[in-house]
Amino acid sequence: MSDFLEALTRVPDLLAQHLLLAMAALALGIVLSLPLAVWSARVPAVGRVALGFASLVQTIPSLALLALFYPLLLSLSTLVGGGIPALGFLPSLLALTLYALLPILRNGVTGLAGIDPAVIEAADGVGMTAGQKLRLVEAPLVAPVLMAGIRTAAVWTIGAATLSTTVGQPSLGDMIFAGLQTQNWALVLAGCFAAAGLALAVDALLGVIEHGIARRKRGRVWAALGVLVAGMLVALAPMLPASRPTVVIGAKGFSEQYILARLIGHRLAAAGYRVRYKDGLGSGVMFAALTSSDVDVAIDYTGTIWTNEMKRADNAPRDAMLAQIGAWEARKGLNLLGRLGFENAYCFAMRRDRARALGLASLDDLAVKAGDLSFASDPEFLERPEWKSVRAAYPIRFRAANAYSPTFMYRALASGRADVISAYTSDGRIAADGLTVLTDPKGAIPNYDAILTIAPRLAKDARFVATLRPLIGRVNVEAMREANYMVDRDTGKVSPDAAARWLATKIGL
Amino acid sequence: MSDIGPSVSLSGVTKAYPGGTTAVDDVSIDIAGGSFVALVGSSGSGKSTLLKTINRLIAPSAGSVAIDGVDVSDGDPFRLRRRIGYVFQNIGLFPHMTVAENVAIGLRPEGRKATADRVAELLALVDLPADFAARMPDALSGGQRQRVGVARALATEPRLLLMDEPFGALDPVTRDQLGTAIRDLHDRLGLTTVMVTHDMAEALILSDRVLVKDKGRIVADAVPKALLAGEGGDAAQALVAVPKAQMERLGAIQSDRHPRASGGPSPDVRPKSNSSELGPRLRGDDENEGLAE
Repeated sequence: MSDFLEALTRVPDLLAQHLLLAMAALALGIVLSLPLAVWSARVPAVGRVALGFASLVQTIPSLALLALFYPLLLSLSTLVGGGIPALGFLPSLLALTLYALLPILRNGVTGLAGIDPAVIEAADGVGMTAGQKLRLVEAPLVAPVLMAGIRTAAVWTIGAATLSTTVGQPSLGDMIFAGLQTQNWALVLAGCFAAAGLALAVDALLGVIEHGIARRKRGRVWAALGVLVAGMLVALAPMLPASRPTVVIGAKGFSEQYILARLIGHRLAAAGYRVRYKDGLGSGVMFAALTSSDVDVAIDYTGTIWTNEMKRADNAPRDAMLAQIGAWEARKGLNLLGRLGFENAYCFAMRRDRARALGLASLDDLAVKAGDLSFASDPEFLERPEWKSVRAAYPIRFRAANAYSPTFMYRALASGRADVISAYTSDGRIAADGLTVLTDPKGAIPNYDAILTIAPRLAKDARFVATLRPLIGRVNVEAMREANYMVDRDTGKVSPDAAARWLATKIGL
Repeated sequence: MSDIGPSVSLSGVTKAYPGGTTAVDDVSIDIAGGSFVALVGSSGSGKSTLLKTINRLIAPSAGSVAIDGVDVSDGDPFRLRRRIGYVFQNIGLFPHMTVAENVAIGLRPEGRKATADRVAELLALVDLPADFAARMPDALSGGQRQRVGVARALATEPRLLLMDEPFGALDPVTRDQLGTAIRDLHDRLGLTTVMVTHDMAEALILSDRVLVKDKGRIVADAVPKALLAGEGGDAAQALVAVPKAQMERLGAIQSDRHPRASGGPSPDVRPKSNSSELGPRLRGDDENEGLAE
């Protein structure tokens, strides 16, 4: 229960962000749908196109819709010479707005079509202009039906806003995703309850407005609107210009990244910065966010940059690789501050008993037996160039290959559902679960030194750089493994925040 | 208010629909200012369509309409309609507005406001008590709604009143009352009135001039007395025959109590039809109209 109460302390800030995002999307959706609904009701051809488009949008999974806006905004930004943020609020707003369109549009068009033709003729007959007819007759008559659509849109938008976490917009989804990743169910529950509670509250308020309109009770309408606006203002309060500079720390979607982001965040906060986290980003998204300064600082891995971003198919010695990456990133305005001091390479791991029974010790051995084995990886691995280079070096063809979130990947291995997993060398669970890591005799897997990179905005900021420099070379792999395991283990787990504090003490910072 | 209403002149008005139906076929009429004209015809004869070409609710495919010599297609249609009172067949009260708001709606587009006194005055004009002003349309009976519809049409003090089957959905007592009330208003305010109806008796009683419409064309144009005297042609006389026959039957019942009193050959049919004709009048009550009377 204390876990749950602790988790609840994260709610207010995220709830505010969540409310603002969902309400902004709902408002934009209303602003777009209303004229479109009127136009659609007047011109049936427009109605077919508009409703068809809105329905099509609904068929796109919300996660994919959010993801699609990232490349879209990125290329748009390139087109106009930069300045359009491709991550965070904007893509979330646009995706959720598209989601809000359908119910409002559909109810608007249905409502307008359902008005008694005699009433419309009477409006014409008493000499109303088209505008007066809309304002005095059609709008009031369609309002109750329209409000029902707006309520549906509000609930959908608040629900889908949890997914905006994946494109770096803080929302209650942060708690759900982080909780799922670190198996902190109290966090997941707190996030779910908060999101559901918000949806219910907004729906109830809109319901009061709907009934107020239908029963011509203006007082109720204004009271409910007042509560909504008051809620928005409270949510907006923290957004007021802060006296302290704000920095954004990016993190990919696994425990080590959460911990390191907090390690950096605590240092910056202690130095007087206001810190925000963008958690759960994909590798490509995070690098692009760094390049565009949507994220100010993040931890990445040399091999990831080398293969994913620089598109290098070859391998290079450790120091040469770092130097080349540093020079390449510098051309993009980034500042590669240095290695943290540990490596988190991909590796192929098996349960010790299973490896022994099959007589597997290296990737060469695996290539021979892979046809009988099933493979579990994280969602990225099968698409990554490393996997291609491994397969080029060793002809590995698994019987089956499935993607899991990292936590469940280890579960799959433990339960025997998977024989081999794409593990990480800094993962505490390798030692804790007694896993066998298969060797890479041909050196096909590149080096994955953790590196700290600063975005162009702050790349040359002396104070910022000085605050972070002490981290370079300080985090050894044993300490990192232990911190990771504190978060990943099944019993007695701690939050990434607490693990980061423990790590700071451990490495003497 | 002492001057009389405008003249209305239709010339060669035709309304053909894409499907091939011709609702109005080359109709030319001159309606003198201040007259009460009834447009009679069976359903589907195109009489409503013809009426709607006067205030441009329907645009004719050919021909033109002029009010006091000015072509109605000059200028914005809404300006034209604000000068014309219109009573709808389906009444068309705005369900989200009170009776007062409905009555005063014609003033709102022009930015005018109706005072409570003005609304009460308009309601009194159609024999409704002033306290109806705050009611919603769904709390009224059919007859009361139609009265509000008439009050709404008169709110802007139009000189021309168009009525499309204004009494269609009413019981005979209310019909009679409202018809008489409107004829009185017409005379008192000096309006020009065009009323569409399928009821020849109503047309004969209320109007100065009856136009009979059949299959899109005007087939008869005569004063009521002339129609009753047998003029106007076959189509018109077929319609006149109905009230005439009813009148004669009623007269027969009253004078020699035939056939019911003498135990005629078919007592099973006649009393039934008679009672439905006279029922409400004999009962003499109408709960919905109680307040209005």
